Amino acid sequence: MRVIEGVVCPFCGCCCDDLEVIVEDNRIVDVRNACALGASKFMGYSKNRNTKPLVRRNGELVEASLEDAIERCAEILANASYPLLYGWSNTSCEAIRVGLELAEEVGGVIDNTTTVCHGPSILAIQEVGIPGCTLGQIRHRADLIIYWGSNPWSAHPRHIERYTALSEGRFQRAAWKRYLSRLILESARKKRYRAASLVFKGGAAALQAAEEEERWMLPPPGERKLVVVDVQKTRSADLADIFIRVEPGGDYEVLQALRALIRDEELDVDEAAGVPVEKLEELSDLMVNARFGVLFFGLGLTMSVGRSRNIEAAIKLTRDLNRYTKFLIMPMRGHFNVTGANIVFTWQTGYPYAVDFSQGYPRYNPGETSAVDVLARGDADATLVIASDPASSFPRKAVENLTKNPLIVIDPVLTPTALMADVIIPTAFVGIEAEGTTYRMDHVPLPLKKVVEPPAGCLSDEEVLRMILGRVRKIRRSDASA
Amino acid sequence: MEFTLITGRTIEQGCTKEHAKLSEEYMMSVAVCEMNYEDMMRLNVRDGDNVKIKTEVGSVVVKVRRSRRIRRPGIIFIPFGPWINLILPSETEGTGMPPLKGFRVWVEPTEEPVSNIRELLLRNYGVKG
Repeated sequence: MRVIEGVVCPFCGCCCDDLEVIVEDNRIVDVRNACALGASKFMGYSKNRNTKPLVRRNGELVEASLEDAIERCAEILANASYPLLYGWSNTSCEAIRVGLELAEEVGGVIDNTTTVCHGPSILAIQEVGIPGCTLGQIRHRADLIIYWGSNPWSAHPRHIERYTALSEGRFQRAAWKRYLSRLILESARKKRYRAASLVFKGGAAALQAAEEEERWMLPPPGERKLVVVDVQKTRSADLADIFIRVEPGGDYEVLQALRALIRDEELDVDEAAGVPVEKLEELSDLMVNARFGVLFFGLGLTMSVGRSRNIEAAIKLTRDLNRYTKFLIMPMRGHFNVTGANIVFTWQTGYPYAVDFSQGYPRYNPGETSAVDVLARGDADATLVIASDPASSFPRKAVENLTKNPLIVIDPVLTPTALMADVIIPTAFVGIEAEGTTYRMDHVPLPLKKVVEPPAGCLSDEEVLRMILGRVRKIRRSDASA
Repeated sequence: MEFTLITGRTIEQGCTKEHAKLSEEYMMSVAVCEMNYEDMMRLNVRDGDNVKIKTEVGSVVVKVRRSRRIRRPGIIFIPFGPWINLILPSETEGTGMPPLKGFRVWVEPTEEPVSNIRELLLRNYGVKG
């Protein structure tokens, strides 16, 4: 039995680097320090594994040799006039670099999953900039932590514990004790309510009203405070000192109202998107009086009406706050290497996602060259999907185009997208069976470890892409000389 | 009945989304519609009943799950996944991002079963020849 320490988790953008993986006979038997998401990946990764390359012949997916599958991929890509290469956020930076080379060679569009998560954030950042820092800074110094339209309890389970309110910083204490005592109080109150609701009707309404009120028990000044702003009371909101419920689609209004309040302007309304102005006044006081505040935002802002404008308002709010105090803002990135995808894309092409090589040089125009638009318009005539599952994350019209044209899927497991593919090439899980580099959500690069050997015949994404690139070049050269 | 739809992540969906998308577990975690108790009364459905969610794009059948977290009536929550994406519009308003949170849907009780992932893909996108 072997214990491998300091393993970086290949799941979400937190990239926790303190995992301990216990390996016996090339099999993972346990994993320590991981959250439910990371543990489920390490413990379950081999259960639904596909280890054979598959090629569609006469409508059926049949086993093929790796060489045949690579050859078929190369033919599809070399013959397509406007192929789309999509995915990338769940693989290593090294593989992404080869992918960009391939996209340039075939003159296609290359896009990463940013396009359906924080794409609008990038658009906003390009407009107004971003005051950011590393998560270490936040862990040690932040005394006001705001999660806006983000539910770290579900999507980044160790974020609060490792980097924000529940972490023990050098200059800020963890807020564990306070949360524990609040939880005990809360459960006692719920028990009282259950007993009461047995006796008389209408207990539920009373409980709800009381709960909304009780949110505002503020800790003493100087202690860490956690604020959650969301449309529903998520599990993360249960941990918060302050929870603000915004009506769906009302984030822009609330952000702008806060900006006005911070500039000491009067609001002549009673509420903004369902939030009473008094609550907003209290929150703006809290923000201005913080010594080091940070706003983490999630898909609640990027996917709601307004999209990039919501993020712009949030960044401008942060900028305004810097006139009084130190305030920073950071997107909560989903996939473990989506930040890396943006970094490698930018370093190679100048643009972070949605890059079009059809003119022979990189062009970037989200809304036109982004994956959903390219597919929904029916422009792409072949697609390569790597380490992603657009059949589960794209709208119907985009998926219809995926299925109409030749589709290549490179993924360690069979996904819904793979079921519709013409060629499937299984690869090694990056971060479990293959090494690589990933970028944490605060742009800190971390090395992913290989903890077990991949199944026989499964190469890494990088190796498979290199083989496809080599074949594509050969086909194109022989076409050119013919 | 008209609702505002919110989609998002849940921890159950997260635990299966990376390596077990064809599993029953994944289906149980994403082919569900979380709803406030009052709305369930208005629609006359119980926990575990099937409902049909409709938009201009199409319709999909999912299971109802009672949620204590959605306090305001008129809002439903469905985790990200192929079921809900089937009925999403694809207009990105020049941002590349389809609308995934806060748009109008119509919900009605139904006797139709929830399709598993293979049936869902087969019925809506067909098998390639």
